Amino acid sequence: MQKMKLVMVGNGMAGMRTIEELLKIAPGLYDITVFGAELHPNYNRILLSPVLAGEQTTQDIVLNSMDWYAEHGIHLHLGKKVGRIDRKQRVVEAEDGTRAEYDRLLLATGSTPFMLPVPGADLPGVIAFRDIGDVEAMINASSQYKRAVVIGGGLLGLEAANGLKLRGMEVSVVHLGSWLMERQLDEPAARLLQKSLEDKGLKFLLQKQTAELVKGESGRVCAVNFKDGDSVPADLVVMAVGIRPNTALAESAGIHCERGIVVNDTLQTYDPRIYAVGECVSHRGVAYGLVAPLFEQAKVAANHLAEYGIGRYEGSVTSTKLKVTGIDLFSAGDFIGGEGTESLVFSDPSCGDYKKVVIKDNKLVGACLYGDTINGAWYFDLLREGTDIAQFRKTILFGQHHLGDSGHGPADHVAALPDKAEICGCNGVCKGDIVKAIVDKKLFTLDEVRAHTKASSSCGSCTGLVEAVLAQTVGGDYSAAPSKKPLCKCTEHSHDEIIAAIKEQKLKSMRAVFDALEWKTPDGCANCRPALNYYLLARWPGEYQDDKHSRFINERAHGNIQKDGSFSVVPRMWGGLTNPKELRAIADVAEKYQVPEVKVTGGQRIDLFGVKKEDLPAMWQDLSAAGFVSGHAYGKALRTVKTCVGSQWCRFGTQDSTGLGVKLEQLTWGSWMPHKFKLAVSGCPRNCAEATIKDFGVVCVDSGYELHVGGNGGIKVRVTDLLCKVETEAQVMAYCGAFTQLYREEAHYLERTAPWVERVGLNYIKGRIVDDAAGRAALFERFKYGQQFAQVDPWKERAEGADAAEFQTIRITA
Amino acid sequence: MSDWIAIAKFEDLPRLGARVVQFDTVRVAVFRTSSDEVFAVKDACPHRGGPLSQGIVHGKLVTCPLHNWRIDLTSGEAVQPDRGCVHTYQTRVEAGQVYLRLAASKSAAESCASHA
Repeated sequence: MQKMKLVMVGNGMAGMRTIEELLKIAPGLYDITVFGAELHPNYNRILLSPVLAGEQTTQDIVLNSMDWYAEHGIHLHLGKKVGRIDRKQRVVEAEDGTRAEYDRLLLATGSTPFMLPVPGADLPGVIAFRDIGDVEAMINASSQYKRAVVIGGGLLGLEAANGLKLRGMEVSVVHLGSWLMERQLDEPAARLLQKSLEDKGLKFLLQKQTAELVKGESGRVCAVNFKDGDSVPADLVVMAVGIRPNTALAESAGIHCERGIVVNDTLQTYDPRIYAVGECVSHRGVAYGLVAPLFEQAKVAANHLAEYGIGRYEGSVTSTKLKVTGIDLFSAGDFIGGEGTESLVFSDPSCGDYKKVVIKDNKLVGACLYGDTINGAWYFDLLREGTDIAQFRKTILFGQHHLGDSGHGPADHVAALPDKAEICGCNGVCKGDIVKAIVDKKLFTLDEVRAHTKASSSCGSCTGLVEAVLAQTVGGDYSAAPSKKPLCKCTEHSHDEIIAAIKEQKLKSMRAVFDALEWKTPDGCANCRPALNYYLLARWPGEYQDDKHSRFINERAHGNIQKDGSFSVVPRMWGGLTNPKELRAIADVAEKYQVPEVKVTGGQRIDLFGVKKEDLPAMWQDLSAAGFVSGHAYGKALRTVKTCVGSQWCRFGTQDSTGLGVKLEQLTWGSWMPHKFKLAVSGCPRNCAEATIKDFGVVCVDSGYELHVGGNGGIKVRVTDLLCKVETEAQVMAYCGAFTQLYREEAHYLERTAPWVERVGLNYIKGRIVDDAAGRAALFERFKYGQQFAQVDPWKERAEGADAAEFQTIRITA
Repeated sequence: MSDWIAIAKFEDLPRLGARVVQFDTVRVAVFRTSSDEVFAVKDACPHRGGPLSQGIVHGKLVTCPLHNWRIDLTSGEAVQPDRGCVHTYQTRVEAGQVYLRLAASKSAAESCASHA
């Protein structure tokens, strides 16, 4: 079948994000052609400011390299501006005559900077701040000229001013309003901002209206004159007074435009074959200029281009950050406040700290922070979720600090600990031992401290504390450590880079990974090999050949190694259900193999301890004959599904929790995971199955099922987050499979769901699992596909003779 | 050469794996590396006696499954900063057959003398 043709006009961030999303969910659906007016591949426009400031290079900000376009078979026309759309013939034509036919057209023409219509606006030396060309012009000017004037004291203007200052120019910022960034800040915050920028050497001319730009003797701009008669000399004028959606092309083709190209909630224009995303769009009367909403649009547009037809874009709440190093500000929503709102304010001008939250009906509707902005993300969540804040209104200005010290918190209290305080409980290492090792052995990294003291080398829960001791002991040098953490010493690459490389470069064997990513050791180590084996297995089910020599002994021998070298055996009991026949079989096996200890586990099954490795296959044969399969109690895998009795017996039960637990276990058993993974189903909110400390927990209620994720009963107890509520068992299964698959695909090896959820954020997971129905369905499909290959009982295979040598000792008699 | 004992065919030693040879009460772990070299050490980690044969083999090292000590298979010594040493045995491969010399040329005390 002939592929449909998709043409995109505008090679910018919103458009390319749409293409990327589309390739992710429906690769191969279209033959894609992209027109870009600039000569560069797609780059991150937001990072032009750091480029101007000299903190990054243009190379650093490229998002999709030319190779990327080639790899994805995208026809790319750079430096070609599309001048005409023929909607009848369904053809676009660039100014140089290049033509492309389309079945679907995506307009992502972005915006153009608004140039003040004053005399002299077209003089040499007068530019905007929009693209790489403008940045290059500014960098050039800064090496030849001295005085710069930036017109516009908004986000972009201030970033431009800061960059030019860092490039050595004298910079004045001209602003019409009475305070800076009035669309993002209230007056007190703006005054603090102005002060810190003045401390950096910027000058401000507020409430000044530009009258004309004066031409100098050389023909270049030489000054800016204001309406009040004042004047300021200038060799370079940067206009940053706003942007206008670029609608000329759409308008010339007769597509309805108002302030921007008008689209509906599916990002479709008035011509159903034509979609539009990005800054050129007007959606429900709003044109967005920040990146987050544009990416939300991209996702929805991709969904419709992929013909899934379910996503809707309903507008965005935006938040702002200024990319000027050393200045932290944050604002979101209605931060000015008005009728019916209340404002809570904390202000400490001499410390440069200001916080304001605006509340309406016990909900956060806006926030404006200057100085300490660490809680910005939290406020933004509260705002978008419409959380009732009545419970913590009194402490809301002081942030989310009650959530514990797993992150950045511990530094202060570590300093106060005595030397005898135990830091690492697994290995019994005290603070004094660590400090002594750091000083005596001149240690600078966490790895070195681990190697020399064993602190944080077992369960890892004290890693934050050990890092804090390290930071406190070696001071500033520690912070110089690279922020990217390599998987292990065999490689420079982080977990995420490796996961991406395996997927994108289609690496399907351990050797391919070692070669492609230039491993430093011939065959890895005991840390990276199990991780790579998992990543390969999870990414290429049915294709990758599992490497048992890259598995920890428990997974190689399918039992838990104990401290005396014996193993424990846990047969699977579906949902914790058993019967006399099964119990009799377990009793027989325990007697036959003289099992020294039998114990009921926390996961509602029976553990047989002290089994000799040589006896395992025969024991599995007996268990297999009685209908048992492996319980995977030894693996980074699906462990148990714990249940309570539910509506079948319990007078409080609202649903059949046991039956649902059995179904969930049948769905998920056998799957390998980044770490162990536990499920539970409770039949009512009394939660007897403890579902709220499981990786995926279901709490049945009268009207359906609450789904909870990211719980952990281990080293550090973490209660689950509520993912969502669903109505049917089928939905529980689908959400469970999708969540499990997302974790399998994206978490780091040996990262449980609890730290993973905290790392990526619940909102991200909700976005993927709850909001994105098509994505959820695709994840669930991939999970089920992988399960075809995973649901083979390893015990039965070995009972039937597979891998026999693993379990045999070679006996030599004299 | 009477103290050399044939223990297994070379092909029965898994690459990047190990086999356990039991002689009376002595358990020896025989390893084959990715470069097809064969090494033998006593199957007990100098740390807490963990079964080294069950560890992951990488380069010429094995990582003990109990507490992740790394043991150099050529010398039997633990990799710094851990300190300890395990007895090593001589091996040779001839005509596809692996031989182990149980009567070690050096006593455990000698080969680990540097840690005495």
